[in-house]
Amino acid sequence: MALLDVTDLSVSFDTPDGKVHAVNGMNLSLDAGDSLAIVGESGSGKTQLAFAILGLLAKNGHARGSVRFQDQEILNLPEAKINKIRANEIAMIFQDPMTSLNPYMRVGDQMAEVLMLHKGTSKRAALDESAKMLDAVRIPDARSRLRMYPHEFSGGMRQRIMAAMALLCRPKLLIADEPTTALDVTVQNQIMELMADIQRDFGTALILITHDLAIVAGACAETLVMYGGQVMEIGTTDDVFEAPSHPYTLGLLNAVPRLDIPQASLQTIPGDPPDLTALPPGCPFSPRCPARHEPCALSMPPLEGFGDGRFRACHAAREDIA
Amino acid sequence: MSEPLLAVNDVSVTFNVMRHGAWPWTPPAKLQAVKEASITLEPGKTLGLVGESGSGKSTLARAIVGTVPVSAGQVLWRGEDIMAMSPAKRRAHGRHVQMVFQDPLAALNPRMTVGQVVAEPLVTHYPDLSKTEVRDKVGAMMERVGLLPALINRYPHEFSGGQCQRIGIARALITEPELVVCDEPVSALDVSVQAQVVNLLQDLQREMDLSLLFIAHDLSVVRHISHRIAVMYLGRIVEAASAADLIANPRHPYTKALIASVPIPSPKAERARHRPVLEGELPSPLAPPSGCVFRTRCPIARPGCAAEIPTVADIGDNHIVACPYHAEAGDPAAQQDLENTPM
Repeated sequence: MALLDVTDLSVSFDTPDGKVHAVNGMNLSLDAGDSLAIVGESGSGKTQLAFAILGLLAKNGHARGSVRFQDQEILNLPEAKINKIRANEIAMIFQDPMTSLNPYMRVGDQMAEVLMLHKGTSKRAALDESAKMLDAVRIPDARSRLRMYPHEFSGGMRQRIMAAMALLCRPKLLIADEPTTALDVTVQNQIMELMADIQRDFGTALILITHDLAIVAGACAETLVMYGGQVMEIGTTDDVFEAPSHPYTLGLLNAVPRLDIPQASLQTIPGDPPDLTALPPGCPFSPRCPARHEPCALSMPPLEGFGDGRFRACHAAREDIA
Repeated sequence: MSEPLLAVNDVSVTFNVMRHGAWPWTPPAKLQAVKEASITLEPGKTLGLVGESGSGKSTLARAIVGTVPVSAGQVLWRGEDIMAMSPAKRRAHGRHVQMVFQDPLAALNPRMTVGQVVAEPLVTHYPDLSKTEVRDKVGAMMERVGLLPALINRYPHEFSGGQCQRIGIARALITEPELVVCDEPVSALDVSVQAQVVNLLQDLQREMDLSLLFIAHDLSVVRHISHRIAVMYLGRIVEAASAADLIANPRHPYTKALIASVPIPSPKAERARHRPVLEGELPSPLAPPSGCVFRTRCPIARPGCAAEIPTVADIGDNHIVACPYHAEAGDPAAQQDLENTPM
């Protein structure tokens, strides 16, 4: 039984400019202890997918489909019920650690609040546990740090605090949304090491949402590539990076400058990320796709498996992607 | 070597900051944002500037553009000190040096149309141009950076991040400058769009014989676009060399750590990558460590490092490094030995 099963999930928002289709029929499944990277550019719907799973959509957002967590349907649960799952079972680390911590509360109080609310722990015990957890994410001198405010920490430290906070209730699944985007490479390196340690020490399953292909390569066993709210390709990270089967994946990989290989000029994907209010009728990537042909503009290709747990959604033949 | 377009000689930038909770009459603390930095830029070449946030790269760039006062040292433009120029001359000098900023949308005035944004430097620096001339130049420049001239009357919020950055580039290039200072121009963009903007900058550089000062924290992008790279740490330039040489043969322990921290988009290479995590974060620039500023995080620090500020040494091929132990730092075996010897 999979830990998380997302079937045909769609998310849309009603806005004055029309309906925004952020996620369109997503399918994915994740086993306990697994790690999955969800890769895509801004506007690909990766964050809204995570928000839909946790019931965090904005008021004008609607989610359809099914999200089963430990064989229980959790999509569109009433607030009181989903709150039991948040933090306890599924926790999330957000992109910007400064805006996700309460600037008016001491770090210790914010952390203790999680345990007091979800586990009914006493304040004293909750603070003890918080100190232990800060220690586990390698914040030196954890005890005295509990009395500090978020602004007294650096960006990397705040992200560690977010991670510690997310782990307090020992969740089975941790969703990290761009955890290193705002950080320097050296600090990014520290945080990614931390993610690996968390997985090993706590046995937590990890969904890493990012636009940075480079950090995925070392962090996740599986990779899912998203575009226009749909799955373009899924497979083990090794397979997806070594032999991308979708023109979008290939384009992304070629666009990344590499330190280990000098390149004459970077290959680009022409055009801009898609307008989610007016997605083309067929494949959302077709307007930018180098392998585009007639069927692409007419129908969305189905997600088809082709061995070794790999799936792709593309009309073009696999041999033509290179 | 051709005559440098720009020479920065031992420039320091110091800011006065009031300590938290201090009385208004207490003397302000001194924040050394840039300390004795020297760089040169040749015509048509790109100098990359890397370092963690807080290393002083943006401040150095701003000192070069002239938007922050230099507290010591000189910024020489074709041999002339820009700080000593008369106000009129300084204004005229402005057309030679332009800047591209990090956040593409925030850098554009939301209440000006794109045409007005791009035309503004032209109208400022060449007030004698007729309206038609301005319109033609703006249209040509927009086309050059890959924007339809028909979009001239749109407002910045109607464009995507990548398009906004193209507008920012068009604005910087409209006066036909000789030097463009790019402060993290692609770090807010998606990878596919980042590649478009990097290629555009390279094409424009070739066409217009531009010098670029390219600041970024992403070493892979800097490596790709630069001819020479300078590494900054806590306001000081700790190492500088040609791009290929610096990446292949880093000598300063900080440069090595920085290069080792860059993730590689290949699972195999990533598994093979030795990941020495550089512990800790940048110390406060209000109270920098004595001696070598990097010693608090340095894997090969020795007791002597606290006493003396390392001198900048040229180790050949114009590769400069500010570490007396750079020979060991360049050799992994020696580094191993050092780690094993008790201090």
